[in-house]
Amino acid sequence: MADRVVLAVDQGTTSTRSIVFDRGGRLVSVRQREHRQFFPRPGWVEHDPMEIWANTQRTAAQALRDAASSAGEVVALGIANQRETTVVWERATGRPVTRAIVWQDTRTADLVARLSSRPDAAVVRERSGMDIAGYFAGPRLRWVLDHVPRARERAEAGELLFGTMETWLVWNLTGGPDGGVHVTDVTNASRTSLMDCRSCTWDPVLLDFFGIPAALLPEIRPSVGQLGTATALGSPIPITGTLGDQQAALFGQACFTPGEAKCTYGTGSFLLQNTGTELVRTRSGSISTVAYQLAGEPVHYALEGSVAVAGALVQWLRDGLGLIATAPEIETLARTVADNGGCYVVPAFSGLLAPHWRGEARGLVAGLTSYVTKGHLARAVLEATGWQTRDVVLAMAADSGLQLPSLRVDGGMTTNNLLMQFVADVLDTPVVRPMVGETVSLGAAYAAGLAVGLWADVEALRRNWHRSAQWSPVPRRAAQLAAEYPTWEKAVRLSIAWGAD
Amino acid sequence: MPGSVQSLERAAAILQVVAGSGGTLGVTDIAAAVGLPKTTAHSLLRTLLGVRFVEQDREGRYALGPGLLRLGAGHLDVNELRSRASNWTDALASRSGHAVRLAILEREQVRVVHHVFRPDDSAQVLDVGSVLPADRTALGKVLLAFAPHRSVRGTVDARRADVAAVRARGWAAEDGGHEAGTAGLAAPVRGSTGLVVAALGISGPAESVLDRQHQPRPLLVSMVVESAQAISRELGWHG
Ligand SMILES: Nc1ncnc2c1ncn2[C@@H]1O[C@H](COP(=O)(O)OP(=O)(O)OP(=O)(O)O)[C@@H](O)[C@H]1O
Ligand SMILES: [Mg+2]
Repeated sequence: MADRVVLAVDQGTTSTRSIVFDRGGRLVSVRQREHRQFFPRPGWVEHDPMEIWANTQRTAAQALRDAASSAGEVVALGIANQRETTVVWERATGRPVTRAIVWQDTRTADLVARLSSRPDAAVVRERSGMDIAGYFAGPRLRWVLDHVPRARERAEAGELLFGTMETWLVWNLTGGPDGGVHVTDVTNASRTSLMDCRSCTWDPVLLDFFGIPAALLPEIRPSVGQLGTATALGSPIPITGTLGDQQAALFGQACFTPGEAKCTYGTGSFLLQNTGTELVRTRSGSISTVAYQLAGEPVHYALEGSVAVAGALVQWLRDGLGLIATAPEIETLARTVADNGGCYVVPAFSGLLAPHWRGEARGLVAGLTSYVTKGHLARAVLEATGWQTRDVVLAMAADSGLQLPSLRVDGGMTTNNLLMQFVADVLDTPVVRPMVGETVSLGAAYAAGLAVGLWADVEALRRNWHRSAQWSPVPRRAAQLAAEYPTWEKAVRLSIAWGAD
Repeated sequence: MPGSVQSLERAAAILQVVAGSGGTLGVTDIAAAVGLPKTTAHSLLRTLLGVRFVEQDREGRYALGPGLLRLGAGHLDVNELRSRASNWTDALASRSGHAVRLAILEREQVRVVHHVFRPDDSAQVLDVGSVLPADRTALGKVLLAFAPHRSVRGTVDARRADVAAVRARGWAAEDGGHEAGTAGLAAPVRGSTGLVVAALGISGPAESVLDRQHQPRPLLVSMVVESAQAISRELGWHG
């Protein structure tokens, strides 16, 4: 008898993927489509929400068609999304009032500086759990209200809706102007700076601080639970799981116990560690965030170390410098030499996030001599991702007091054996990759399937997790890299100094 | 030119024009340069896009594509291959319950370019980069049978019969030839032009790969063949 299956949509920064998973958590079909990146001014990054909606429908239809012969009934739809990317649209027509402002966009820098210098600025950390930063969605929403003609007035009149990508997609999938459900999940809401991190409700004090009318906000819902029925994909499918992509990866890696952690290597890299139902107040550069919530259960929290540029630096080597034709070829290029030749790259393209939080930092290549070749540069590019992982692992250990026995990894860069061995060596910790590299999608599928009873509980999901590869640290190499770490730290200090006035 | 294929000539002319521009060209300019109607140039360009001999930038202008540049380099980058195959090798390992390897033929040697552990969480060591005996593994048999050069496929009569059988079946098996008690199955992976670029295989204890008659279990054979086809499609093969 054909198995029941789940459809997951991973709406990412560079592409949208639709994947069908079976009950064993195994991939049945996958379709992916990239969307355009708009860079209208330095520091600005935008996406077209209509294009993303079209890509979602198209890839979902294709993946369902591919799976049709082998798979059974599609019992649920789960969505994971690029976080903090902000969409504002008209309730009556479904037309966005401006393009989506992407999480990498730094246009709110001045606004954030002004807000941070207000005497009451401490309420933001106190109530949202995070310092004010342009990384989060709230300041972007404020920017739209300030800059799009009549936006504030129309928002107050209830004519406009705000959402992150999952909100935008759920609203469209459930009918759009024709009865679309306007909701966000608690993990995405926790990335706006507008939510009370303990009660997980919109906080009137924060709304007032950021100048946001409550009328355009979606309703906050658990990550696992009924949201509505997708009517836009042929036969109706219940939407029962939504998570920010990094939280989805934590879920897909079955990190359900406090202390369990994963790192996802995609456009950026994001280390998340489950901290249970207690919110940890951080001091060392990691941030506290909501990990997930099952309907009717308490919220689970996580510590997060966010690194903005990881795979994006490889893309820069490909598109900006033209040294490679495809991202994976960086490994071939890097293996033409034995080491980095003294070269270090700090990819602070739009400042540095965790653990430094220095928006002014700018990228640099350090240690150039005439000895350095493109092979060394390729090594330095890969190593930058490893060094940054070490930075966030150290910060997180200081904040949580927990050491990592091993690091679970996923994402596109984990097919790079040279990089994964470097991460194992630089952390002096085993690195393990699960059987499903697409853990963001898997997490969304798990959330959705759990809500409809396809899996009984999270223990059933844990049993699906299996190791596909492991990289163990080489003691001599680990010692060497420990001795080299201060050189990396010096390069980071230089990149911060370079950007300072 | 007697016996020449007109559309091939035209495509070659288009490539020369694009290469000669040293940058990017719009379809109007290309059509004008080769003296063809815009619609004809456009449909030729679409075909060239499909095989990645040209590519389009954000404005829709054409440049030489990665497929053409790679022609000179001769083969698919192995790290690219691993990356494109990864979703399907993972799924094959978890469905079959066996370790999965992807291998290529490198100067008549079989080199492992990707390895997925047997999904039982037991201690295993990645063997990416290691070399396997070509004539005693299922991976090697597939690679030899589908090698483009006759000299590699072998001239000895017995081996020629084997080769023909593997080519006809579309997969190969091995029982204990490499490691006693271990059996393997493998199938060819094709690149965008249809050439076999790699072999995909599973291996494990003989009693779980083979049935009581020492025949490969049909379910496992179809999993390996279908996964190899999925990877071929991912690489652009539509055959
Ligand atoms: N083999 C490789 N070695 C190094 N980098 C790689 C490799 N393969 C892919 N990448 C990089 O990883 C990224 C793609 O990974 P992935 O598909 O997980 O990201 P993504 O999901 O598209 O990101 P996002 O969700 O932010 O859109 C790209 O930035 C690419 O440059
Ligand atoms: Mg992603």
